[in-house]
Amino acid sequence: MTKARKLVITVAALAVAAGLAGCGEKDQVIAYHQGKYQGKPDTPPWDNAPSASIYTTSTWTKGDKSSWETAIKSRTQYQNEYTRVE
Amino acid sequence: MARMKFLCDAERCIACNGCVTACKNENEVPWGVNRRRVVTLNEGVPGEKSISVACMHCSDAPCMAVCPVDCFYHTEEGVVLHDKDMCIGCGYCFYACPFGAPQFPEAGVFGMRGKMDKCTFCAGGPEKDLSQEEFAKYGSNRLAQGKLPACAEMCSTKALLAGDGNVIADILRDRALKRGKGTEVWGWATAYGKPDHPQQQAPNGAKS
Repeated sequence: MTKARKLVITVAALAVAAGLAGCGEKDQVIAYHQGKYQGKPDTPPWDNAPSASIYTTSTWTKGDKSSWETAIKSRTQYQNEYTRVE
Repeated sequence: MARMKFLCDAERCIACNGCVTACKNENEVPWGVNRRRVVTLNEGVPGEKSISVACMHCSDAPCMAVCPVDCFYHTEEGVVLHDKDMCIGCGYCFYACPFGAPQFPEAGVFGMRGKMDKCTFCAGGPEKDLSQEEFAKYGSNRLAQGKLPACAEMCSTKALLAGDGNVIADILRDRALKRGKGTEVWGWATAYGKPDHPQQQAPNGAKS
């Protein structure tokens, strides 16, 4: 392989890498870390047991963020009457 | 990561103020403070549109940027909250907010302008979850109970949607596709889609 060809391939690879870098999505929600703001710490909602409220119908595992998110997502679907009434 | 958002379907909102009442009742907010309100455009003109407005829990919130005492924070699920113990009631956040979300009670420790109060997405605040202190300062913490904000769950026409941004955007997209129309028309069939059965057909008229 000639030097010129190597250079062309390198430049092309760099151009592709730079182009694809624009497709990435930055996290738009600022992550909350205690100490980043001056106030008191807050407890995430998933750190509460579902039994803490007597009226809730959602169930999740205490401390498990993903199970709480699943519970909230399924509850959100109650707002979609196209999936409720068939 | 969930990104909690509100979304109001202007085709469906009938300006009943049920969301405003649900918020007031759920959070027991004082007289003069409206965490949520309904805005109507072209009122009285056929085709008028209403939307329910409160804190939009911005991803890059201007209230957070201008607060001189740094009392705002973003929760992991994308809700903008603040610590009332630190708020000095200066009102900068009110000027910065494009939605007029921050509210100030007329009586408080700072004379005529008390500590700022705003929609919490029914997520309480920086006090022990589901405690009396949290309720007194910030209102109900429904997220800690696995529930969504009272305003959206009480909305009779399901115009006001609340939840993870991606999920509620899918619900609205689904609706818009079923309607099969844009925003140029209005009425029952536009808001609720075409009937599946002929006997349920909407009355003929100018509305849709």
